[in-house]
Amino acid sequence: MNKKRILSACLKALFVGIVLFFLYLPILLLAVYSFDKTNMIGRFEGFSLTHYAQLFADPKVLNMIGNTFLLAFLAALLSTVLGTLGALGMFYCKKRLRTAINGVSQIPVINAEIVTALALAVTFVAVGIGKSYFTLLIGHMVICTPFVVLSVIPKLKQMDNSLYEAALDLGASPAKALFTVVLPQIIPGVLSGFMLAVTLSLDDYIVTMYTRPTGFETISTYVYNATTKGNAHTAVTLSSFWALTTILFMVILLFVLVSNLTGFKKKEARK
Amino acid sequence: MKLPRFSRKTLCIPYVVFLIFFVIVPMLVILFYAFTDSEMRISFTNFIQFFSDPTKLSTIVYSLVIALVTTVVSLAIAYPVAYILARSTLKKKYVILMLFVLPMWINFVLRVNAIRELFNLLSTLGGMDWLANANYFKTVFGMVYDFLPFMILPLYTTMLKIDPSLYEASADLGASGFATFWRVTVPLSMPGVMSGVTMVFLPSMTNYVVSDMLGNAKVTIVGKFIYDYFGNDWHMGSMVALVLLVVVFLSTWLTGGFQAEETARGANL
Repeated sequence: MNKKRILSACLKALFVGIVLFFLYLPILLLAVYSFDKTNMIGRFEGFSLTHYAQLFADPKVLNMIGNTFLLAFLAALLSTVLGTLGALGMFYCKKRLRTAINGVSQIPVINAEIVTALALAVTFVAVGIGKSYFTLLIGHMVICTPFVVLSVIPKLKQMDNSLYEAALDLGASPAKALFTVVLPQIIPGVLSGFMLAVTLSLDDYIVTMYTRPTGFETISTYVYNATTKGNAHTAVTLSSFWALTTILFMVILLFVLVSNLTGFKKKEARK
Repeated sequence: MKLPRFSRKTLCIPYVVFLIFFVIVPMLVILFYAFTDSEMRISFTNFIQFFSDPTKLSTIVYSLVIALVTTVVSLAIAYPVAYILARSTLKKKYVILMLFVLPMWINFVLRVNAIRELFNLLSTLGGMDWLANANYFKTVFGMVYDFLPFMILPLYTTMLKIDPSLYEASADLGASGFATFWRVTVPLSMPGVMSGVTMVFLPSMTNYVVSDMLGNAKVTIVGKFIYDYFGNDWHMGSMVALVLLVVVFLSTWLTGGFQAEETARGANL
């Protein structure tokens, strides 16, 4: 019996291990070759930081990296404000109205991204406002805000509603009660909504592609164009993406480690 | 001057306005474009053309098959992973779950690019020449790779919610390990399966980034179609989008709604 249990534990670990191996194989491959001298994957000629130097020497590449992060930050910030207010308001609406708003709010979540993107692009051009940074920002907000709402609502449901009433009874104005009593209780949901919005925006290709002004590039559009319409781009550009992938991976790893060491334990303890 | 009485409901006004302008109106606009011709007269030509054009219909069938295979493979990999993790007694199992989610935070296109490079390596130096032309295989592999976390997360969350005493009760009543799995775990994890399937099936039918970057431009899926029409024929493009929209809502309705909270991309991690 004991042997059987050990065997099954080993098999389980093996299975999870294999899946993880495949998940990390492509990234690790790029990470290793990003430190290689040559542009060829497959032969390791010697350690060098050429690809990193290339990455930081190309102003176009630096520009698109800056664009991506600034856009993600702005879109996430606006989505978080809009989504948190929306979730709060919805929570206090009558049930039928709440269901209606919630239903519409989920359309961008379940809809194919390309349909959302096309609909927005056609609308912007049809009403004559064309495409600008503003429309790009709106596009990103359309895909991010519903997720903010989704992460705030559970926190509202867990909240003790009588605290708000108590604050009013004790003479706080509704605005003050919202800020000092309700907001602190839902802040974990607001923050995870913000993080989610950042990752959604950073990851996005399709909506960006359809709503961006001409000439505006993010990491997604730039890499996509460089790899599919490869003629104009040299192996140098492609190998600088190895370095970019590695840097992003390292940053994420660091971020997760830090947040793990600081915040995660508390969260687990609460469960 | 007296301000109107503050009501907490009014807080949702900006969001409602936003939804009307940027979600409802765009849907109405593509509905309008889908049923008009280039002179903006009501017409059903797009509709008829769409359903009578064999290349369009075959693209849809191809996309459906690719999406179906991707979904089934993802489910076959994700279900055991989620089950093992959810029932594991390890204290640090959330770290392992984190490892599955982590690659998702690298830019999507860069991830697909990483797989592209891996396949290049395997086909040129790894002696796997057949890979060079295995466009459908590479596309499906890339999609499974990219969408796997969307399948694992909802499955894991639903399985974690299953009361462990149910397993004990099942064993006490004489059920074998397999019977417990089949009659307790599987039915109770169904909401997670549904969410996961929706989260994987739809993007794999429409997200043409993977098929373009890995399929040597030989694999055309519905999403690419819309992209092609966007350049020259908005009316037909809108019609394709509209058909997709209907498919999405029908499937959501058929699978009995959508556990949006559980699929919020690891927000609740």
